[in-house]
Amino acid sequence: MSGFWQTHRIVMAAIGAVIVMLCAIYLRWDWLPKYLPLIGQGIWQTLWLLVVTTFFGFLLAIPLGLAQAAGPWYLAAPAKAFCTVIRGTPLLLQLWLLYYGLGSLFPQFPAIRQSELWPYLRQAWPYAVFALTISFAGYEGEVMRGAFKGVPGGQLEAAKAMGMPRLTILRRIWLPLAIQRALPTLGGETVLQLKATPLVATITVVDIYAVASRVRQDTFIVYEPLLLLAVVYMIVTGLIVLAFRWLENRVPSRVA
Amino acid sequence: MLETLLEAFPTLALLAWEPPGWGANLVRGLGNSIQIALGAYALGLVIGTAGAFGKLHGGPVTRDLLAVYTTVVRAVPELVLILILYFAVTDLVNQGLVAMGYARVQISGVVAGIAVLGVVQGAYSIEVIRGAILAVPTGQLEAARAMGMPPLKAAWRITLPLMLSNAIPGLANLWLIATKDTALLAIVGFAELTLQTRQAASSTKAFMTFFLAAGVLYLLVTLISGVAFGRIEKWARRGQRDGGAGS
Repeated sequence: MSGFWQTHRIVMAAIGAVIVMLCAIYLRWDWLPKYLPLIGQGIWQTLWLLVVTTFFGFLLAIPLGLAQAAGPWYLAAPAKAFCTVIRGTPLLLQLWLLYYGLGSLFPQFPAIRQSELWPYLRQAWPYAVFALTISFAGYEGEVMRGAFKGVPGGQLEAAKAMGMPRLTILRRIWLPLAIQRALPTLGGETVLQLKATPLVATITVVDIYAVASRVRQDTFIVYEPLLLLAVVYMIVTGLIVLAFRWLENRVPSRVA
Repeated sequence: MLETLLEAFPTLALLAWEPPGWGANLVRGLGNSIQIALGAYALGLVIGTAGAFGKLHGGPVTRDLLAVYTTVVRAVPELVLILILYFAVTDLVNQGLVAMGYARVQISGVVAGIAVLGVVQGAYSIEVIRGAILAVPTGQLEAARAMGMPPLKAAWRITLPLMLSNAIPGLANLWLIATKDTALLAIVGFAELTLQTRQAASSTKAFMTFFLAAGVLYLLVTLISGVAFGRIEKWARRGQRDGGAGS
């Protein structure tokens, strides 16, 4: 016996299968058909939040990292302060600060109430997107700082020697090499971002976690919705890990 | 100075220590947060050290079970784990008590919080400590074995001090995660800093003041911890050359 399917693993897999079967038979799943559409919407909301906030967070992280790695002090200091504050306070607090704090300040200004943004600012999801985006930017900015600094100086010197303008160096040499270095960490950060999304349920955004909480409140069934949640998050995590592995394989490996 | 500040921001008076002010409540919440963070961190370190040795030297079943534990905990959001463990642990203890003929008890928030966050922390600590142990140069251990050191003594006197310097940055990170994860206990109704802040904020309607004040408190904990861990790392790296272990 060799490879993955060793004897003890077959036994463990069998025990696992039995536990899953017992869960399927003895736990209550009769609520599932009724809530299925809601669950679908919840999963969609979670994925949408994850993709949007990761994308914009990463876009923000590039200037944050660049400012800290190579910027003058008046850019580096604010970037560093931003990353420290974001990384030093709980996301839940940031979320509540934005939603309850800013949300209670905004209506006091007539200019905001009459602006075209107001119908959006009254809803919860813009605050959720904003909070998750700056949170991702804060953590990833720190990663990008290291990635920018880690790019071998010779590459940049060679580009400069070829007479490349500074912006072209950034776009064609520095940034691609930095992203390549950051890619493994980026996968981990994306999983962490997925695990941060359920917090938005506390400000009334209906993601998959909020759906599960609603099932619990409606039916007084405690474990089953939570188990379903755990399985959904594990599947999404698995997909993220696979996607980044695929991405890492596509990017040509580092030049020695 | 203070008076002009109070005139500009009248809600700052709400942070005063004595009641109408809520300062005492916030500080009590911070105390609870730190207490839980310390307990969970300690529990996590115990699980982490045992788990790391299990992963490195344990039998195939132990290793696979530990792999399942670390994978599941790192894939499922802390919030969901906290709810599952919180309900499950309370339920199990109460069922056990009822079966033995005792009355049901309400498990204290502190104990439940420490247990739940400790299990989460443990999964991350295992990986940090395992990585640190693997980074100990094998020559050091071979030398210890050649000197006839028994395995436990070698673990205590060679592996532990050498891996500590590798593990400190990761462990510092975990401590910061522990302090921030305590905020999640607000959702199961435990009166730590974030929940205290929210209660103060919603009864006075001074949301900005209180959330910013709590942010400053968390930030202070982070910054002070950063300095402390910097010192600890320096101590752990004493006697090493600049390039770190084994260079």
